[in-house]
Amino acid sequence: MTSVREWIDSGRHAVSERWHDAPRWMRWAVIAAVIVFFYALPNREFYQWLGPIPTTGSNFGQVLFTISIYVLLAVGLNIVVGFAGLLDLGYFGFFAVGAYTVAVLTSPSSDLKTLWPWLLALPLALVLTMVSGVMLGTPTLRLRGDYLAIVTLGFAEMIRVAATSSEFLKGQRGFNQIPHPPGSYSDGKPIFGVLDPRPYYWLVLTLIILVVLGVRNLNRSRVGRAWISIREDEDAAQLMGVPTFKFKLWAFASGAFIGGLAGALFAGKQNFVSSQNLELLNSIIILAAVILGGSGNIVGAIVGGGLVAYMIERFRGIEFFGIELYEYRFMFFGLVLVIMMIFRPQGLIPNRRRAAEFKDRRKEVTVGG
Amino acid sequence: MDFNTLFSDFGGYTITGLTVGAIYALVALGYTLVYGVLRLINFAHSEVFIAGAFAAIWGWAALGLDRDTVVSGFGSIMLYLLVGALIAAVASAGTATVIERVAYRPLRKRNAPPLAFLITAIGASIAIAEAFGIYTRRLPVGAPTVVRSDIVLFEVFGTEVTVVQVLVIASALAMMVALDLFINRSRVGRGIRAVAQDQNTAALMGINKDRIILVVFIIGGVMAGVAGMLYDVRIGTLTYSVGFLLGLKAFTAAVLGGIGNLRGALIGGLLLGLVENYASALFGANWKDLVAFVVLVVLLMFRPTGLLGESLGRARA
Repeated sequence: MTSVREWIDSGRHAVSERWHDAPRWMRWAVIAAVIVFFYALPNREFYQWLGPIPTTGSNFGQVLFTISIYVLLAVGLNIVVGFAGLLDLGYFGFFAVGAYTVAVLTSPSSDLKTLWPWLLALPLALVLTMVSGVMLGTPTLRLRGDYLAIVTLGFAEMIRVAATSSEFLKGQRGFNQIPHPPGSYSDGKPIFGVLDPRPYYWLVLTLIILVVLGVRNLNRSRVGRAWISIREDEDAAQLMGVPTFKFKLWAFASGAFIGGLAGALFAGKQNFVSSQNLELLNSIIILAAVILGGSGNIVGAIVGGGLVAYMIERFRGIEFFGIELYEYRFMFFGLVLVIMMIFRPQGLIPNRRRAAEFKDRRKEVTVGG
Repeated sequence: MDFNTLFSDFGGYTITGLTVGAIYALVALGYTLVYGVLRLINFAHSEVFIAGAFAAIWGWAALGLDRDTVVSGFGSIMLYLLVGALIAAVASAGTATVIERVAYRPLRKRNAPPLAFLITAIGASIAIAEAFGIYTRRLPVGAPTVVRSDIVLFEVFGTEVTVVQVLVIASALAMMVALDLFINRSRVGRGIRAVAQDQNTAALMGINKDRIILVVFIIGGVMAGVAGMLYDVRIGTLTYSVGFLLGLKAFTAAVLGGIGNLRGALIGGLLLGLVENYASALFGANWKDLVAFVVLVVLLMFRPTGLLGESLGRARA
């Protein structure tokens, strides 16, 4: 057992060292190859050569779209949980705010009857999710971390109850005929239609790349350094003159922004939003994705989000003891959270600094264990 | 705002609110005890409650009571209630012990950051709830009618008070008094208070810290188990997912009274039950579940230490 683990660890070390020693052009070439691979992935001509990887139960393009939404959400939650160290258990609530804003403004079944096009509703949805993030953060970010966790959980539940019970938000009947994103081919056919999920996947993939670039730059700036200092020791950061409350709010708002973006994209693709989309446990799945991948590391969040969403889709249609394996998904990810925190709290692809923090604390074990 | 509904049956809403609140209070005790000692929100406590509630139903089923049975006769009612409470308490305490051993102790040994505890807690909570969900095929499970809910015991100011309501409130109060005495008078209770004040100093004074922590989880489990049995008696059916919301509300109750404060948990629970019931009369039953969160957010904004303050008077960082 140990030897296997050591073997894996040494292999991982070798890979990461080679990566860091490789010349710049080679790293870019590898990244470009990975990106091209993912752009090519939803084409049948390409994925039929990949053996058992494509999902059998459902349309692979559709599955890839779902995965890409999860990846986007994981990247967003990673800012809040991984960088700033704030436990947000209601992250899916921001997704809901984004999706519902688009739905209310664009759908003919909404009471507002504004019937905006999708692209016009998008910026407003993003602004509203950021505002909701600030509104939620202002009273709670002054408190200790665990209260924040509970209140965010309550926030997601509040949104779900409001969506189910309020007349304005239509409950389970939901909003239909939400318009698709704009754009058409030269022959007049719309790019974003009903049948082909691939353009949506490519759209989300492009946005993921943009978001990742933005988040990476943010993380390497003053803001990112402030986040890390808050995560490591909030009191010390405050003493050193970091306006901790302001930067925590920043992390919350940026995370909310990305969550809202994912929600708006989802609404534009699905053209139907109802309170049934708001399963509370989705927040937990995204959290599991970030923790599994390695919180504080953007690549980790991407891998975690992709892996978790892919596993969920892979479980679909497979039976185990007469119950579809898909039914076990939440239990499975609950266990993943426990096991990861006990055996590998830094995640599969750890952030070096964060892994060092865990190691450091280990030395400070107090009397009596 | 529908004041007519509320005032047409003010007494009825009050007594129902107190009954619901008594169950919140029993569950809130578990949160408050663990928080008082470990400074940890035991998120998985809602599943400790659910385990007790299911165990009571399955225990009664093993004794031959199915969902259609109506128990009659004072002696047998009391016997079945006691047996149910015992089974539920054992199951809940067992679940709490397993959670402490599997999910928390390894982290404590490693001095993991507080966030890590919360993540394992939520992971454990969901895994357990889902296990019950899969086992029951996500269907509600019917409880036998141990105590008939339509028997009116007495009337106060024209409000009818049923046996079940008296049973729930009285047993909650009795458990509460017993716990208060245990913590304040017994030797183990003194150990708990010592560990709550300063873990390391307590350990240096010869208190077995791990054992005290285990005892705290077990006491919380017993309270939650009894609450689970009372829930079965009051509601009559049980779904695997009710623990989540009830847990959140009980946590709110604990914060409302001042988390870490035992008497605060009682007051917080009863108050939250009342507020929730009045609000459901005013705004409609759909919005009932929101009340707890609104209370929680407002409370954290203006008085995060709760009504009675944190028991050992330690400021939260």
